[in-house]
Amino acid sequence: MNLYQLFSNMEKIDPDIYGRIDSRRKAIRNFAGIGGKLALAAVPLALGGLLNKAYSQSAPADITGVLQYALTLEYLEAEFYTKAVASGIIPGGAPTGALTTIRDHENQHVAFLTAVIKQLGATPVSKPTFDFTAGGHFATVFSNYDVLLAVAQTFEDTGVRAYKGQAGVLMSNNTVLTAALNIHSVEARHASHIRQMRRARTNDATIKPWITGKNPGGIDDDAVQKSYNGEELTTQAGIDLTGFVSANAASESFDEPLTYDQVIAIVQPFIKQ
Amino acid sequence: MKNDSIRLQPALPGEEAAFNKTVSRKKFLSALGIGSLGIAAIASCNKDDDGMGNRVPPGSIDLGKGDTGILNYAYALEQLEAAFYTKVAQSPYSGITAAETALLTDIRDHEVAHREFFKKALGAAAIPALNVNFSGIDFSKRDAVLATAKAFEDLGVSAYNGAGALIDDKNYLLLAGKIVSVEARHAAYIRDLISNGSFADNTIIDANGMDQAKTPADVLMIAQSFLTSKLWGGNLPKS
Repeated sequence: MNLYQLFSNMEKIDPDIYGRIDSRRKAIRNFAGIGGKLALAAVPLALGGLLNKAYSQSAPADITGVLQYALTLEYLEAEFYTKAVASGIIPGGAPTGALTTIRDHENQHVAFLTAVIKQLGATPVSKPTFDFTAGGHFATVFSNYDVLLAVAQTFEDTGVRAYKGQAGVLMSNNTVLTAALNIHSVEARHASHIRQMRRARTNDATIKPWITGKNPGGIDDDAVQKSYNGEELTTQAGIDLTGFVSANAASESFDEPLTYDQVIAIVQPFIKQ
Repeated sequence: MKNDSIRLQPALPGEEAAFNKTVSRKKFLSALGIGSLGIAAIASCNKDDDGMGNRVPPGSIDLGKGDTGILNYAYALEQLEAAFYTKVAQSPYSGITAAETALLTDIRDHEVAHREFFKKALGAAAIPALNVNFSGIDFSKRDAVLATAKAFEDLGVSAYNGAGALIDDKNYLLLAGKIVSVEARHAAYIRDLISNGSFADNTIIDANGMDQAKTPADVLMIAQSFLTSKLWGGNLPKS
């Protein structure tokens, strides 16, 4: 009996059959499957290589490693928005509503990644101790609303680039890859909204929901600039897009990835230990 | 197993133990009430083995198979979006603001860049230029234009999110990733134009804080209603 064919046929008769009956079980079984293999080899290595108990020293080479890295970034965002909403400097109404929505998503990402890492048989990394002033660099982060939004934008745009940079490592598991993509586009929605908030406050029309060139959008800061360097590409896969649209539009139309090392260099100042 | 259900469900506390139990296919089948007779009946109507299932319907455009098929699928969606925003820029809705004009023109340019990128990347394997059908859209009305834009952008995001797992080549996956986040930025902006704060509300983002991922079949069904050209994705990868 060809079971594979059978499942394929069942799905044709009732396309939603997996969605209704088996999606959760199957998703978790996929995770459990890799977990079994990883437990033998990769996980002890990954855990052994932790720096500051928060993230590994070298770029993650496997699914668990990527998820631990993602969890660290989500911890950063979740705690940032929790403190931001509690800071008392966010105007009521729409701004508080938006930052609360984003805070809740980041907390949901933390919970989700924690659950998946456990399903893989690994121990989720613990939450680092954060310093959102980055050693005093953003001293007024929770007392100056514009600084707060600038840091928020930097975190969101960096998050988008960080997830993008890991997609290739996740290719061996479709379920994890799709979950990561589904988080990645939410971070981009957040980035778009924070940029709109900054645009509205500053009346600066060069701040757009998308990234133009490598312009951070009116934030003149070397630390922030690192999150935008490399975004200015106007050629993709050897195809020069300025043959079709302006250089600005060409750079805006594709977001660029960041490597693990680049992201760590960006977030390191925010991590005390 | 193929045809991964790409919408991941939240792992609720207390349910984890149940997930860890391996459910054999046999048990799964019996839980569905399908016995051996049912299997025989289903197997007898199988058409895949003789290739009947992969025949392009007359008059349809075959998107193709493998990564080329997925790139053509993306090319088709970008053609649709580019045509829509080109029309929006040509006949702006009544009461459009300067800021809206500027940013909707940006979006048009991004979609044109995406469209031309895929056309060039696909070369001889590219599907032809598609004929669109926007007869149901009143381009003079802000509400109608933005509602359609929102539908296209959210659809685009879910299409790329769903296509990721169907791509074999790492470089194409990265390219799709570079585009999808820009579509998500568009989606959030359009949603905020309709209702400020709806950039990632719970009509589109689930309880895990996740966006949607749709299969090509689901996406094509929606996209088809805006096209007179008939698209066929029967050869696209399923996993």
